[in-house]
Amino acid sequence: MSVYLLRRLIQAALVMLAMSVIVFIGVYAIGDPVEILISPDADQAERARAIAALGLDKPLWEQYFSFLGNALRGDLGRSFVFNEPALQLIAQRAPATLELAFGATFLAVLVGLPLGLYAGLRPNGVGAKTIMAGSILGFSLPTFWVGLMLIMVFAVQLGWLPSTGRGETVEVLGMRWSFLTWNGLTHMAMPALNLALFKISLVIRLTRAGVRETMLMDYVKFARAKGLAPKRIIGVHVFKNILIPVVTVVGLELGSTIAFSVVTESVFAWPGMGKLIIDSINVLDRPVIVAYLMSIVFMFIVINLIVDLLYSVLDPRVRLESK
Amino acid sequence: MRKLYLAATVALAALCGAHPSGAQSLTMAVGAPITSLDPHYHQLSPNNAVADMIFDKLVNTDARSRQVPGLATEWRAIGPTTWEFKLRPGVKFHNGRDFTAEDVAFTLARLPNVPNAPSSFAAYSRPIQRVEIVDPLTIRFHTAQPHPLLPLDMTNVRILDKETHEDATTEDFNSTRVAIGTGPWRVVSHRNGERIEFERNDAYWGSAPAFQRVAYRMITNDAARTAALLAGDVDFIDQVPTTDLSKLRNDQRVALSEVVGLRLIFLGLDHLRGPNENSPFVTDNDGKPLGRNPLRDVRVRRALSMAIDRQAIVERVMEGAATPAGQFLPPGVPGHVPDVQPTPFDPEGARRLLAEAGYPNGFRIQLNGPNDRYINDGRIIQAVGQMWTRVGVRTAVEGQTWAVFVGRAARADYSAHLIGWGSNPDGSHPLRNILATVSAEKGWGASNRGRYSNPEVDRLLQASLTELDEEKRQKLVLDAQRIAAEDVAVIPIHIQTNIWAMRRGLVHEARADEATRAQDVRPAPR
Amino acid sequence: MSATTAPPVPTETKAPRVETPLRRFISEFAESKMAVGALIVFLAIVLIAIFAPLISPQNPYDLAQLDIMDGRLEPGSKSGDGSITYWLGTDDQGRDMLSGIMYGLRISLVVGAGSAIVAALVGASLGMLAAYAGGRTDTVIMRLVDLQLSFPTILSALMILAFLGKGVMNVVIALIVVEWAYYARTVRGTALVERRREYIEAAQCLALPTRRIIFRHLLPNCMPPLIVVATIQIARAIALEATLSFLGLGVPITEPSLGLLIANGYEYMLSGKYWISFYPGIALLITIVSINLVGDHLRDVLNPRLKK
Repeated sequence: MSVYLLRRLIQAALVMLAMSVIVFIGVYAIGDPVEILISPDADQAERARAIAALGLDKPLWEQYFSFLGNALRGDLGRSFVFNEPALQLIAQRAPATLELAFGATFLAVLVGLPLGLYAGLRPNGVGAKTIMAGSILGFSLPTFWVGLMLIMVFAVQLGWLPSTGRGETVEVLGMRWSFLTWNGLTHMAMPALNLALFKISLVIRLTRAGVRETMLMDYVKFARAKGLAPKRIIGVHVFKNILIPVVTVVGLELGSTIAFSVVTESVFAWPGMGKLIIDSINVLDRPVIVAYLMSIVFMFIVINLIVDLLYSVLDPRVRLESK
Repeated sequence: MRKLYLAATVALAALCGAHPSGAQSLTMAVGAPITSLDPHYHQLSPNNAVADMIFDKLVNTDARSRQVPGLATEWRAIGPTTWEFKLRPGVKFHNGRDFTAEDVAFTLARLPNVPNAPSSFAAYSRPIQRVEIVDPLTIRFHTAQPHPLLPLDMTNVRILDKETHEDATTEDFNSTRVAIGTGPWRVVSHRNGERIEFERNDAYWGSAPAFQRVAYRMITNDAARTAALLAGDVDFIDQVPTTDLSKLRNDQRVALSEVVGLRLIFLGLDHLRGPNENSPFVTDNDGKPLGRNPLRDVRVRRALSMAIDRQAIVERVMEGAATPAGQFLPPGVPGHVPDVQPTPFDPEGARRLLAEAGYPNGFRIQLNGPNDRYINDGRIIQAVGQMWTRVGVRTAVEGQTWAVFVGRAARADYSAHLIGWGSNPDGSHPLRNILATVSAEKGWGASNRGRYSNPEVDRLLQASLTELDEEKRQKLVLDAQRIAAEDVAVIPIHIQTNIWAMRRGLVHEARADEATRAQDVRPAPR
Repeated sequence: MSATTAPPVPTETKAPRVETPLRRFISEFAESKMAVGALIVFLAIVLIAIFAPLISPQNPYDLAQLDIMDGRLEPGSKSGDGSITYWLGTDDQGRDMLSGIMYGLRISLVVGAGSAIVAALVGASLGMLAAYAGGRTDTVIMRLVDLQLSFPTILSALMILAFLGKGVMNVVIALIVVEWAYYARTVRGTALVERRREYIEAAQCLALPTRRIIFRHLLPNCMPPLIVVATIQIARAIALEATLSFLGLGVPITEPSLGLLIANGYEYMLSGKYWISFYPGIALLITIVSINLVGDHLRDVLNPRLKK
């Protein structure tokens, strides 16, 4: 087991290394950060000074190796824009994104699982058809459009919820969380729903597909023949089996939700990491982009690891191998 | 269920009660993120606007960008290379320290020494060779050459306190620890990229701000910002999208404030390739290289300008929020050339000129531009593409993100590109940066992305930069601009109108320089 | 059970139909009226997309045919010169929305289907290979998957599009790069379970060629989740393209896809010019819903475990 973990960690390090190389080359290919950051009326001397100040006057490989050297000491560089350590910027924004992503995932499971179960057990009923049609809408509509519609309806027309931004926060463990206050929750409702919409649909479909398959399995038929209560059959036998794909996908989606909350955060002016990364990309703030991606890779690797571990718990047929 | 509903109602009521109302507090939402509270870290308009709430300059500018006394009460050139500034007495920083000439000298010394600055303010102190403190309220600046623009330079320099800011880093400003100036607002809190909160500086030397507290929020998405205003979450927004103008003008709950700005949207043309070279995105009608660069022919440039229906762009694309332009600065500003008019729309004349220049059947060109930088930029290049195509210059249009576009534009990769220029009100500003021949030595033409070059323009500009007689200087500046306009160095399209929107009951003094500042907002007189 | 409701034909000349797998598949598919309806709608959309240049009133990608003076006209308005009636109105450039939607469908379909199919092929093959080969191959492929999945879509797309420039094919390439990993992971997960089942072991004992085991035995059993993911990913690709366009990175602004039409029009939502984003939205919705209905039913039909 520990060999397995060690292996995964080494692989993770390699992935991060590859990632940093790609980002360096990528940002270099896209454009010149100084051209974006510099005031248009700066003269050539000022431009040269800015290029030197940001360390962009050196050859790319030299920039990369000095980055690498610092990274090994835990320093991922300072933001070109904010002049603050990139990791610190990300850590400041992380709680906002994390609570949004967890909120969305929670919503997705809370809503998606029962609906999917229902749709799978009575696949031909009107209710199931409605649920499935709704789930299709859930991932047909572009996120940005749904977000704006939510604001239009619930904030502008009905005035029930605040339109944008993050509400009051409470400091726990040195970080500011908004889900602990009612005001914070009202601010979170719309963006979380917006972000969850796609996942609700996904969970519904996965659950339904799983249920339908499992119900036809021999062991379920056998359990039925044995006269077990339907509740027990569904609750124990069916449920356990459909959990694998759901856990995989929800796990994977949690990571991508965190990474991809860019659009929701930008529509709802939610001050999270997604907003930070899109702003950073727009101005080619390379240290922040690199640091952000490294953190995301790290997070993904952890999530994948957990998913794999859960796999082996849920399905004894899959064994963790270290051969 | 009912309990839940009740809880929701109660909370909602509490929420409404907590809503900022009355003259005590103001919630503003701006479209551009503020990246730092250090006034000398990043020369960036949104940062400067916030800095102008916290700090003061020796020379302030009014809403129409005219110079008015700030921390200096008067200034004059007492010799060809010496400027003397009289400082305002009795001014105190937020922490109670007195403002003196020492602070000015300290500030000027700090400008070039802000570590990691992505765009520093060093250019404003560079002409000054020596600072002489005559007495605590008199300071002299000695320059190497006559420098008529020194007061203009001082409109960009926010004054810090020597004692407080001696070793202050940018991070110290961002953490609000040393975000201390002499301005009308004190910083209460700062959440990077999210919001800044201010409190009135009751000891302010100028006219007292109207609100006790101000929340300055950043909502970068245009539609979300408008929605926040309509939902009553914020009282005031800037950068009102033109697409929402018609709706907001008819909304009884909302008032607008607007003013003609100082930002010209124009087309840069390829002057880099010689008359007998190929311009990268110009071909003949069959897509083959032309063997010459038609853009080097002034008749072609004029034809391309005549083909553009500026009024149509202003009305249809900008929904009225712009003024057709024939030069960099709008009327009413000293640098405006009175006898240069926007080129009238004349498609027939354009076709004639093209034929005269040897292109009776036109040619093909690609027009590049950003699609996320200026108001409706992507729409404008498409509209220009339509108009050029109609006079026979078949135009392909490509809009890119600014990050990609600006790097290539800086390398003069394009044949024709749309770009904007936010000017200060002096004509020397666009001349020096856009119309002058590129010269690293003189620091000219750093934003001359078409590589236009005209010795006559350069000569007049050079003369104006050391001319201390204001009348003569203005004449040189106007002459240089006139020559460039007649030569169609660039194709001006329009000057943007700056628009803000607020809940009814507020009034705002709209600023030509686009700055969104809380001291310009007041409750409407009843 | 049988979908053919024609009266029995009393001629003896016709031999009884042979049950080929294809026929069986078709008759099973035809069981669901909804799926058949969706298929018809989808085929109609495909036909509209293919023949758009012939049937649309205007070429919305030709700047010479547009006139900004006709911009933002309401549905049913006539053009300034009276030559066209804009049944669905115009956008800000004076682009006929009906033509814009027809052409936009082409792009959205090419982007959605093109990227999903190629990504599925690439992803499924790699996923299968990883599961079957195991060991180092598995490790390398799965770390590639991790790398890809940890790369935010938007950043991948921005980088790829910055390398390649804007364009429909470039968006397709970007989406393939972004999506293949989903298929790989899904297929590998399923295949890992499947390859331990008795039938694979039996096939291996019979020393069947690896290729045959993978394609004849392993792949069909991995199909159901693959199809679920594929239908989701087509829809997702189309929506993602819309989002990229919304962020200003997608297709060229002069050749708007449905997504870009919606993104452009969405700026006009507050001012009441609903048609600029509403109609493209409806077109997008119908397209995606019909693809999903077909895909849903396909999955049920293809799923060997749902066979009674």
